[in-house]
Amino acid sequence: MRPLLLKNFTATSCIGKGTAATFGSLLERRSGLKSCEFETVNIATHIGEVPGVDAARLPENLYKFECRNNRLAELALQEDGFFEAVQHAASRVGRRRVGVFLGTSTAGILQTELAYREREPVSGALPPSFEYGSTHNSFSVADYVRRRCRLDGPAVAVSCACASSAKVFGSARRMIEAGLIDAALVGGVDSLCLTTLYGFHSLQLSSPAPCRPFDVARDGISIGEAAAFALLERVPDNLDGDSVLLLGIGESSDAYHMSAPHPDGLGARRAIQAALAAAELEPGDIDYINLHGTGTPSNDRSESRAVTSVFGPTTPCSSTKGATGHTLGAAGALEAVISALALKHGLMPGGVHTNQIDPTLTALYIRDNRRAPVARVLSNSFGFGGTNCSLILGRAA
Amino acid sequence: MMLSAHVGGLGVLGPGLSNWPEAAAVLSGQQAYRPAATVLPMPTILAAAERRRVGRVVKLALAIALEATSQAGEDPAELASVFSSSGGDGHNCHELCQALSLAGREISPTRFANSVHNAAAGYWSIGTGAMAESNVLCAFDASFTAGLLEALTQVAVDQIPVLLVAYDSEYPQPLHAKRPIPDAFGVAMVLTPKRRAHSLWRLDAALSDAECERFADADLEALRCAFPAARSLPLLRLLAARGGGTSILEYLDVSRLQVRIEPCA
Repeated sequence: MRPLLLKNFTATSCIGKGTAATFGSLLERRSGLKSCEFETVNIATHIGEVPGVDAARLPENLYKFECRNNRLAELALQEDGFFEAVQHAASRVGRRRVGVFLGTSTAGILQTELAYREREPVSGALPPSFEYGSTHNSFSVADYVRRRCRLDGPAVAVSCACASSAKVFGSARRMIEAGLIDAALVGGVDSLCLTTLYGFHSLQLSSPAPCRPFDVARDGISIGEAAAFALLERVPDNLDGDSVLLLGIGESSDAYHMSAPHPDGLGARRAIQAALAAAELEPGDIDYINLHGTGTPSNDRSESRAVTSVFGPTTPCSSTKGATGHTLGAAGALEAVISALALKHGLMPGGVHTNQIDPTLTALYIRDNRRAPVARVLSNSFGFGGTNCSLILGRAA
Repeated sequence: MMLSAHVGGLGVLGPGLSNWPEAAAVLSGQQAYRPAATVLPMPTILAAAERRRVGRVVKLALAIALEATSQAGEDPAELASVFSSSGGDGHNCHELCQALSLAGREISPTRFANSVHNAAAGYWSIGTGAMAESNVLCAFDASFTAGLLEALTQVAVDQIPVLLVAYDSEYPQPLHAKRPIPDAFGVAMVLTPKRRAHSLWRLDAALSDAECERFADADLEALRCAFPAARSLPLLRLLAARGGGTSILEYLDVSRLQVRIEPCA
């Protein structure tokens, strides 16, 4: 594929608002996970909550979009000069030539969960103030962001569970390459809600402790929330060596099970190989792998098998979910931004909270930060329904 | 900028429309449209245990995807796919929200796993063995055209055959009052970069500012407006007419999609 430039990027999660704070946390190996006190949730688990989300205000003309998910999107848009960079791109190429592609798994469903508590006792009706389309519906976050940024190009939400915001890079790439648009606002936004907290708990997939990816005693995920965005454009002739490029993307399906990965990671392996092929790279060209690494026994086993089957046991890899939690539909974009920071600053972030690496997992999992030049990173995202996506990002020079 | 593809098999299922030949007869004026409740077949490609777990929206998506691929003579296991729906499984969503509003908050793990927007795509992959890429989209009322655009860019840029499946089904009350989709409607089609033995039409599409096409027939216009996936009906009418032509499909508030159809001689 033709590489694309990440002209600007930003991320807001429990480890920081914006890339400077995010990088600072990675450098100091800080985790943002804490004991769950979200809303009225009564589960013994840890979560990655972004402070101050509900204090964020949407512009008055977009009041219909008021919900935690869109507030989180609004917070993140204001970091790293991202909003201004999008406006600059729109004025350069035209508002119709900028597309919006955002991943989410639950969008603003929290709004519906709250509305169900306020049903009219006799009729059962939801409160009149409840808006479905601009909060609960998966498209709401893409619609909010396109209206907020006044972009008139194609817009869509990708909702492939936890691979959603990795896959948006594929949709945007195809639309840029087809010539329909000149720039794409891509990313992912997912926020805390009862559906996912109680849902993963019901599947016994969430840990009571902060998640410990690749640990011998790992026992599940910690749910987090995040918003992460990137502005994608064609690669210009003159490029700063520090620039970050999207070099490859590979997608696949497991054809195995709705909520469990293929035990040998066959689908994951297929996505990784497709990403390498798209980037015209060999496994040895990858310096660091940002794993999906959720911390469930089955994901990490399956992913380790997939990774070692392609890379062998010598490519350093880690999961940053011990720091951020599993941000579900935002994880792909959040980890793409973390990968971009790894490239810019020469940092392979060690996985936090992991005490004793599971000896049966053969991938080279790093617990301590490594400072070394990083030229190319592979980032994995997998989801329920057996959907897989791998991204390859690289430095321009 | 024009995007092009060849269209092979089609699948249609909706109120009073039980397959593509029936829909084609109605849309070409050979048969009057008689609205009736959508009848969803059991998804035969799933194992018995999975069949019991899936909701109406999954049955709908699998039925039209099977009709389209078998008509096109394509092996479903080899096709990339784009699933596009304005909402997921409304009944499943209601049950989860209901349970979460009660004191115990006991929710079914199967319901939670089925609550992902890509449930239909997941079951399609499991049922057919398809390991190719599958993208799952939502653009509210623009979901059909958004799905068509995504599928067309896969065909044009990656030069691969793609199965497009666009489908919507209802929410029960109380969500139904907020999102009044009345029943189930879906359309599926196989799009290929090169003309194949089963190709019936060539499709060219481009973004447009023109007004979208509506139906003079009140029942068909009501159908088009009732389901986001039924925003495809003006395109389906061109495919049914067999003579080709041009139409404008509804998309976002700021743009439409022009589609031009030429029959493969």
